[in-house]
Amino acid sequence: MIATIWAWLSDPTNWSGSGGILAQALEHLRLSGIALLAAALVAVPIGLYVGHTGRGRVVLVNAVSAFRAIPSLGVLFIAALLLLPRLRGDLAFELPSLIVLATLGIPPILSGVYAGIGQVDPAARDAARGMGMTSWQQLWQVEVPCALPLIFSGLRSSMMQIIATATIAAVVGLGGLGRFLIDGQANRAYDEMAGGALLVAALALLIDLVGALLQRFVVSPGLTPATRR
Amino acid sequence: MIRLEGVTKEYAPGHAAVDHLTLEAATGEITVLVGPSGCGKTTSLRMINRMIEPTSGHIFIDGQDTAQVPAAKLRRDIGYVIQHAGLFPHRTVLHNVMTVPRLNGWGRARAESRAREVLELVGLPGDFARRYPAQLSGGQQQRVGVARALASDPSVMLMDEPFSAVDPIAREGLQDDILRLQQELGTTIVLVTHDIDEAIKLGHRVAVLRQGGILAQFSSPADLLAHPADDFVADFVGRDRGYRALSFQQADVPVHPEEPVRIGEQLQRRGDQWLLAVDAEGRPQGWVLPAEVAEAAVALEHLHRGGTVSAVDGSLRSLLDAALSSPSGRGVVTRDGVLAGTVRAEEVLSVIQSAPRPDGTSIQGGAGDSDGAAAGVGPQQNEHR
Amino acid sequence: MTALGTDLGEVAGFAAQHAYLAGVPLLLGLLISLPLGWVALRRRWLTPPVIVGTGLLYTIPSLALFVLLPGILGTQILDPINVVVAMTLYTIALLTRTVADGLGSVPDHVRQAATAMGYGPLRRFWAVELPMAVPVISAGLRVAAVSNVSMVSVAALIGVSQLGLLFTDGFSRSAMGPIVVGVLACVLLALLFDLLILTLTRLLTPWLRAART
Repeated sequence: MIATIWAWLSDPTNWSGSGGILAQALEHLRLSGIALLAAALVAVPIGLYVGHTGRGRVVLVNAVSAFRAIPSLGVLFIAALLLLPRLRGDLAFELPSLIVLATLGIPPILSGVYAGIGQVDPAARDAARGMGMTSWQQLWQVEVPCALPLIFSGLRSSMMQIIATATIAAVVGLGGLGRFLIDGQANRAYDEMAGGALLVAALALLIDLVGALLQRFVVSPGLTPATRR
Repeated sequence: MIRLEGVTKEYAPGHAAVDHLTLEAATGEITVLVGPSGCGKTTSLRMINRMIEPTSGHIFIDGQDTAQVPAAKLRRDIGYVIQHAGLFPHRTVLHNVMTVPRLNGWGRARAESRAREVLELVGLPGDFARRYPAQLSGGQQQRVGVARALASDPSVMLMDEPFSAVDPIAREGLQDDILRLQQELGTTIVLVTHDIDEAIKLGHRVAVLRQGGILAQFSSPADLLAHPADDFVADFVGRDRGYRALSFQQADVPVHPEEPVRIGEQLQRRGDQWLLAVDAEGRPQGWVLPAEVAEAAVALEHLHRGGTVSAVDGSLRSLLDAALSSPSGRGVVTRDGVLAGTVRAEEVLSVIQSAPRPDGTSIQGGAGDSDGAAAGVGPQQNEHR
Repeated sequence: MTALGTDLGEVAGFAAQHAYLAGVPLLLGLLISLPLGWVALRRRWLTPPVIVGTGLLYTIPSLALFVLLPGILGTQILDPINVVVAMTLYTIALLTRTVADGLGSVPDHVRQAATAMGYGPLRRFWAVELPMAVPVISAGLRVAAVSNVSMVSVAALIGVSQLGLLFTDGFSRSAMGPIVVGVLACVLLALLFDLLILTLTRLLTPWLRAART
């Protein structure tokens, strides 16, 4: 069993070419990256606004938890059925999936940004205002830097959600490592399915690791528990 | 000078948190707002830098109506210190202190050298600058808070319960530092506290507020202790105020010579008389009973450390306390930390009996021509309380 | 009875299967994460490996786990046990940290008072620490329940019978009806789980209601 998976993984012909592992891994990353960017563009400003002003808090918290209940496979199929007949060219295969990926990526970022801003020490906020920072300065000089740990964990779990959903999206024709799982199943080739699954898991771990490293560089050491006495 | 003119704050119509408060905080002095919780003292303070906008009334700083100055600009020119320091956890101590100068458009280098200067001033030199707030104790954090407020050299500083969250020993040190800094820099300070002892220690003038933001009394600490305006103030000022008032009185008390023994010395004298031990520089260390030392040299473990020590020119309170707390009955007084002699409780008391009081009255002379007459009940009528 | 071209009797059967596949792992995961979370909190040197390790589990995409588990467990790929194991792993991944946080939120003075009254470590855990951690743990459990329900439907891609089959079936026939019914049923099931946990929590923490009134 393990031997056959290893055989598939170590076969160089499976790695090269347009449908090879390398190309599909890059495709998976490209699609996930676009989706994360789109999700962040929507979620970060809304999260900052709600966190900073406190307006719409109840709506946001409920919306985020309701979103979690929606099964990604179902919306993926709905989007595909609705949009596929209406689109032409390359976009036809990518856009429905991308829209779903980005949409499902929004809630984790939203709650990370909002919770991050919300947990900033009220005394630090008060001091910032009291020493004469404008509302904008308070946001960017105090609230956002202090919220970065939670903003990062929001971004990271959003990315995990997107990578996982992108794998499923192979069913509706999206490229990426999910292809090996779906095509492998269609061909009754368990070695290809399992090899693809291992690759997807490895990719997710790798990206999360990159996220963790990035977080270490970006977040102030003053906010990490290790710095405390 | 900061002038509050008929300032009122209503959070709900008809429910005033601060009610027509009129008050002047003199330039170069510490003005303390004190009172029980809900008396509107913090609201009053926060209206000065417009953290809270008054419902009606005006506040002037050096004649300028604060309502005419943009809020952020106003606040940058006023130092602001709050209870939990409110340091920015993501910035080092140095960058925390540089904040206001940077907001005021100073260059990085100038802001940094100024920040190091004020950190030195509050007793946090060198190495502290690179640390993060989470690496500091509560007392140290509050020192950084004070340094941050001082960084742009404001002429006015607002302090909201600055030392309440700090442990008692660190608090004392911080209070002494604020007194020293205020004297050096001549900053006009308005400070809020619920602790009457802190108010009396720090304030040149103390404003006692009662529930609903009404000014109950505004006077010097000594006057407050001697002439509480009414029952509320008398209750709030608390017990022992006759004794505490001695903190503000100084007078010459006879100092008797004391023949000390040195630590490490063999005792020449015997008997059951307490002897005072000093170190090589002549600083008092404690009391010793020759019987307990026997043939050995006087060592630190022989010492009874019960007594307090007063400066020879200290207040009558600290002199009396030195005498009362000493196991020998001889109160140790020092000059620049070095033994100057001892005082006796009965002699301190007789000085207290005859010394003039800060408000012009004396116990022997009766009420005299007290200008605190407006303050109402004097200490004599009040003795039965 | 049908709705949107879907046999509701069949939907009910799928829903029961779905509830089983999402619910059983919830209980198993909770049982396993309680000791894990406790160990992570009480043995300092074990905190990073346990928390990071369980966190990493969560990064593995569900479809990948469904495919890999038969190879690891030696089961058939269609065997529902794969889904139960996978969802249990995800539940552990979510709950271990929550349990550690919840137990950590019990004030030190309460724990010390319990010790001073003569509670041994185990009885103190059951009688004092766990009840006080219930609100935090329950919040984590609600998240796990809702995401389990959503994730189980992915197993339809490898042919395991539950509400997700409505999605694959509808998609293969280009029929929107079954998909919409499936999504609604999933959301409804998630809501039901959420309400159930919420009710249980309220019954378990009468002191919180007392404090509110």
